[in-house]
Amino acid sequence: MTWLDIGHIDDIPLRGARKIKTALGCVALFRTAQDEVFAVTDRCPHKGGPLSEGIVHGRSVTCPLHNWVFDLNTGQAQGEDGRVATYPVRIEADRILIDGTALGKRNAA
Amino acid sequence: MRKKLVVIGAGMASGRMLEHLTEAQPDAWEITLFNAEPRGNYNRIMLSPVLAGEQTYEGIITHDDDWYGARGITCRFGEHVVKIDCERKVVEGQNGPVPYDKLVIATGSAPFIIPVPGKDLPGVITYRDLDDTNAMIEAADKGGKAVVIGGGLLGLEGAAGLAGRGMDVTVLHLMGHLMERQLDEAAGYLLRRDLEARGITIKTQASTKAILGAGRAEAVLLESGEVLEADLVVMSVGIRPETRLATDAGLTVARGIEVNAQMQTSDPDIYAVGECIEFDGNLFGLVAPLYDQAKALARSLMDEADAFVVKDTATKLKVTGCDLFSAGDFADVPGREDIVFRDPARGIYKRLVIEGDRLVGAVMYGDTADGAWFHGLIKDGTEIEELRETLIFGPAYQGGATADPLSAVAALPPEAEICGCNGICKGTIVSAIEGGATDLGAVRAKTKASASCGTCTGLVEQLLQVTLGDAFEAPTAQPICGCTDLSHEDVRRLIMTKGLKCQDAVWQELGWATRNGCHVCRPAVNFYLLATWPMEYQDDPQSRFVNERKHANIQKDGTFSVVPRMWGGITNPAELRAIADAADKYNVPTVKVTGGQRIDLLGVEGEDLPAIWADLNKAGLVSGHAYSKGLRTVKTCVGTDHCRFGTQDSTGLGIKLEKILWGSWTPHKVKLAVSGCPRNCAEATCKDVGIVCVDSGYQVGIGGAAGMDLKETERLVDVATEQEAIDVTVAFVQLYRENAKYLDRPYKWLAKVGLDWIRTRVVDDLAERARLIAAFEVSQSIYRKDPWAEHAQTRADSYAPLADLTLEAAE
Ligand code: SRM
Ligand SMILES: Cc1cc2nc3c(=O)[nH]c(=O)nc-3n(C[C@H](O)[C@H](O)[C@H](O)COP(=O)(O)OP(=O)(O)OC[C@H]3O[C@@H](n4cnc5c(N)ncnc54)[C@H](O)[C@@H]3O)c2cc1C
Ligand code: SF4
Ligand code: FES
Repeated sequence: MTWLDIGHIDDIPLRGARKIKTALGCVALFRTAQDEVFAVTDRCPHKGGPLSEGIVHGRSVTCPLHNWVFDLNTGQAQGEDGRVATYPVRIEADRILIDGTALGKRNAA
Repeated sequence: MRKKLVVIGAGMASGRMLEHLTEAQPDAWEITLFNAEPRGNYNRIMLSPVLAGEQTYEGIITHDDDWYGARGITCRFGEHVVKIDCERKVVEGQNGPVPYDKLVIATGSAPFIIPVPGKDLPGVITYRDLDDTNAMIEAADKGGKAVVIGGGLLGLEGAAGLAGRGMDVTVLHLMGHLMERQLDEAAGYLLRRDLEARGITIKTQASTKAILGAGRAEAVLLESGEVLEADLVVMSVGIRPETRLATDAGLTVARGIEVNAQMQTSDPDIYAVGECIEFDGNLFGLVAPLYDQAKALARSLMDEADAFVVKDTATKLKVTGCDLFSAGDFADVPGREDIVFRDPARGIYKRLVIEGDRLVGAVMYGDTADGAWFHGLIKDGTEIEELRETLIFGPAYQGGATADPLSAVAALPPEAEICGCNGICKGTIVSAIEGGATDLGAVRAKTKASASCGTCTGLVEQLLQVTLGDAFEAPTAQPICGCTDLSHEDVRRLIMTKGLKCQDAVWQELGWATRNGCHVCRPAVNFYLLATWPMEYQDDPQSRFVNERKHANIQKDGTFSVVPRMWGGITNPAELRAIADAADKYNVPTVKVTGGQRIDLLGVEGEDLPAIWADLNKAGLVSGHAYSKGLRTVKTCVGTDHCRFGTQDSTGLGIKLEKILWGSWTPHKVKLAVSGCPRNCAEATCKDVGIVCVDSGYQVGIGGAAGMDLKETERLVDVATEQEAIDVTVAFVQLYRENAKYLDRPYKWLAKVGLDWIRTRVVDDLAERARLIAAFEVSQSIYRKDPWAEHAQTRADSYAPLADLTLEAAE
């Protein structure tokens, strides 16, 4: 794993999300009320809705286009046959670190 | 020969180490102990009880002169060490050098000072040692106002102590809830409630910009522009390991002085212990792990094998009457599960975090008796599979008792008003039920409760249930969603009658089953709070659907549409040019005239929104709120200005109404139209409020629709003057805001409450009409503004991606 420093935890609003652009497409970073962070592909498997624009509740996000609800832990859509890829991400000293290897590249730009 | 040991810092960590060392090897060491404070080791964590007046300094001294004397320790208190010379193995104090064989750095940490103007003024202090505590006690004796910056453990203990000594205390906290590192929002809310009950003012999301004062601190200026008077400012925003000596000496220092499990630094003869160290990426701010370090260090000095391991620590707050407990880890790991228990009546909240078959974290408020037991389960990694079902009830679980979903209603006092329309209180209804009114219809007939607008129906049904027990047939009222058993109407009413002013209050007091709701209930609760407490509650963008959060409509491809307001459908060449220029500059693929008499720029990239808004703002164009549950458009026709049939200035009235109503949040969208004559070219008779001008004045209709349902407006009233038409419209919109269920358009709400109910309040009762208009104005004093301008100026960054990792790949 190569941990890339993406930004400060406060760059993501509490119960909110930001996206990052990567070679594999956009990845959505979520921050829960508990200050946990999660990273999943920013593209709903239903019709491509941007999950980073959804409402974050508990450890889930609701797609803004047609309300599919995703478990951010697993990427699984609740009661639907679909899932999004998840990426290792962690917080260290208030910095958000994401696994660059999993994103298919090595260094932060 | 005795080995020379020099210790820098006589704090809690080195004190414990010296106890172990001198007990095991009383004669092996010749010890010199430096301390910058002019005193030896005392129990620093008890400074808060000293501040609160529950303890004295004498009572918290750990090691007195006799203790040091008996062990032959040379004390150099009140003397700073200024340098460590690793080559010569000499420590230099202010009063001269001392050689060492082994050196221990135990310098603790220093309070972090936020770098704002005025931070050095007299009257600004930190909270770390006895001198700070005495300074606070002295300031409090003079009375006046104190501002404590930082709502963490130390700040709150300081605030409670100062308040207990009679100061008027405000706590400023940068984050959304208190002690966010240790507590979740629910516990943070309860803590806040208890602190507020003792007169402490708490401001969250409050960022300090400067400390003001000529010669000494007089006030604190917030980023929001607010100014708070302050005779005393206590900065308590965090601590930094005190590493300066180590850095200068060339030891390896990251955030703290790096040590191995034997507490040895990068120089084998130098050790470090306490808050100044960093071990395996960890920093320490509580004493429990420091005591483990002290033991490991003493054994290393004695050449015995030992290794420090990081164990989980628990936090408690030493404020009498605020019972909280937090332990373990809440961090992001896949597959975790929560168990939440709330007892609103007793102000209790417990949450357990489970991973696999182990408990990994616990937060408790109100009842922390089981804290130690949970902490034990966490530290020992006990398998809890067997206990899972009853775990939350603690070790003394006796069987069965679960939270009563009706307890909120049961807990209301008899004089609590249930039916606002008819002024019927709980006691009256309960006695009616006990007197034989065993269903809703009978209660209605006997007391009139819920016989008018009907919004209290759910509450009356719950009273039936509470009073009759099993004899009552379960109500059919629809709960908002799976997070609660309460209906929209219940939640609205309880927010009002119980004075719930933030989301956490709702989750806790109304016994929500989830941590912070879901995409269905949270937007509704956000609206109810905002509509009920416009001045106290702050709108929460994270509880809004993307369109309302981003002030633009999301499109199926993830781009957005931008619809500037055209007041009453009127525009001019300058505005049109600005729109055309913006369309060019931002490559807008589609420019369309909407059904609402204005222009839509469709297909704008999310990242471009702040820029396009700023450009449109320059031409005077503001948000059209085409995305909001709020005022959309006021369509008008040309009216008397040009039309040969026009009877009144329909365009002018439409513009006036739009200028009054814009920006307001409503349960669902609200659309108006004003037509200049009954030919009705503005289609006013299918709008939420439609005004048709006639020779004798204005016909005001409400509850029209032309969407999924088609409805003609119902005539509310005919009025003679334009002002009356405006007043009735504003009062109607406010009544709708105060009463309708979230996502009910006016026509749906009208069908529930009836035209007469509305007419009584908006038309007949002039005092009520005036109240409604005034209440609307209060709310509009906050919301009648352009969100585009605000976001373009202050939040543009949040529209851009957080990072772009594609750039390098492209190179
Ligand atoms: C742009 C516009 C169509 C147009 O090109 O003319 C439009 C576009 C949308 N309408 Fe509409 N409505 C537009 C005028 C209307 C009208 C006509 C009017 O206002 O005079 C109606 C019927 C009148 C009424 O509201 O009763 C109308 C009834 C609806 C409805 C059904 C509402 C209902 O209560 O039945 C929805 C769905 C909803 O709101 O839940 C809707 C929802 C939508 C949404 C917001 C769908 C969505 O949620 O994404 C569309 C957004 C498109 C976009 O991405 O920008 N739109 N929509 C019109 C914008 C007017 C404006 O300037 O703000
Ligand atoms: C008000 C308050 C309440 C607290 N409550 C709790 C609680 O409830 N629970 C809990 O677990 N923890 C609590 N803590 C934290 C706890 O007190 C600390 O974790 C602990 O005291 C740290 O011990 P230490 O030995 O590392 O540092 P300290 O106890 O800070 O000792 C370091 C000493 O080194 C001295 N020093 C620094 N630099 C030099 C130098 N160059 N030369 C000479 N001397 C130097 C300092 O003057 C200081 O006396 C509280 C702290 C405070 C301030
Ligand atoms: S009618 Fe349907 S498709 Fe057309 S704009 Fe309105 S919501 Fe969209
Ligand atoms: S695109 Fe996400 S739910 Fe349809």
